[in-house]
Amino acid sequence: MRMELIQPFINSADAVLAQGLHAPTTVDHLTMEEQAYRRKGVAAEVCLSGEIEGRIIFDLDPDTAVRVASRFAGAELPSSDDLVRETVCELANQIIGNAVTTLNDQGFHFRVHPPSLHTSEHGAKSSEDTEALVMCFNTEPGKVFMNVALRYHPQGVNEHAAIAG
Amino acid sequence: MEQFAPVKRSEDGQPVRYLIVDDSVFARKNLARMVESFGGQVAGEAGDGVTAISEYDRVSPDIVLMDITMPQMEGIEAAEKIVREHPQARIVMVSSVGYQENIVAALQRGARHFVQKPVKPEVLYEVIKYVMREDGVARGAGAGA
Repeated sequence: MRMELIQPFINSADAVLAQGLHAPTTVDHLTMEEQAYRRKGVAAEVCLSGEIEGRIIFDLDPDTAVRVASRFAGAELPSSDDLVRETVCELANQIIGNAVTTLNDQGFHFRVHPPSLHTSEHGAKSSEDTEALVMCFNTEPGKVFMNVALRYHPQGVNEHAAIAG
Repeated sequence: MEQFAPVKRSEDGQPVRYLIVDDSVFARKNLARMVESFGGQVAGEAGDGVTAISEYDRVSPDIVLMDITMPQMEGIEAAEKIVREHPQARIVMVSSVGYQENIVAALQRGARHFVQKPVKPEVLYEVIKYVMREDGVARGAGAGA
């Protein structure tokens, strides 16, 4: 896993969570995933295609999602399945969008697909070239898990190198 | 939520009417709360670009807040189609994907401004005032109260 691909997502998650929750976050449980992804709560998956391809999954337990939504809205919101799903997807959307902005301004071009709920208990096992980095953000409302599996598209890397060179 | 001095239409002193377009209900509700804190009214909502075009025709809003990444039709294409039919349309793109290429594409195709998510109310407020003032249709609205 290339850190230059991962770092924008860590920075973006930290910034979006801190701004929306009005409180700092800390990162722990930074691990490389060796087993297939196992969902912890309600998860949203966003796929990228183009010069960089792969997927990012955000995962929150339902109670944490309601607390996060309330903080973002500035008001206590009633718990519901819809609210939980919406919160996880929108959080993924904002964090990934900001990271994509950074990567795009570095010259990478790729498409971001709208977030979808990741409903299976297990995801596909990472391969050698799409190994996943899993991290946990500790926030006041609870833990937010981010699972990033990205790689350079072989053809895209060559084109990017040619442009950069 | 922080309250702001109301932004009103200069021609009749009525609240600014908004069309909010985002595939996330959560994002739409957050934006609705913000524009209401600016003294505005939500005239309509849409969850994709195709619905945004029909809703624009139906409610004739003063301002459209438009997400970019959406199913069926993305926001930039929807903005272009709305502006083609309604050259006076004031469309503000609101997206987490804020790279330069995207912003330029949106502005070239008719959007008036761009606000990056997560949206800060004070930033959106200033953008709304600016966009309404461009046509000389806003009045009042000092600094956030």
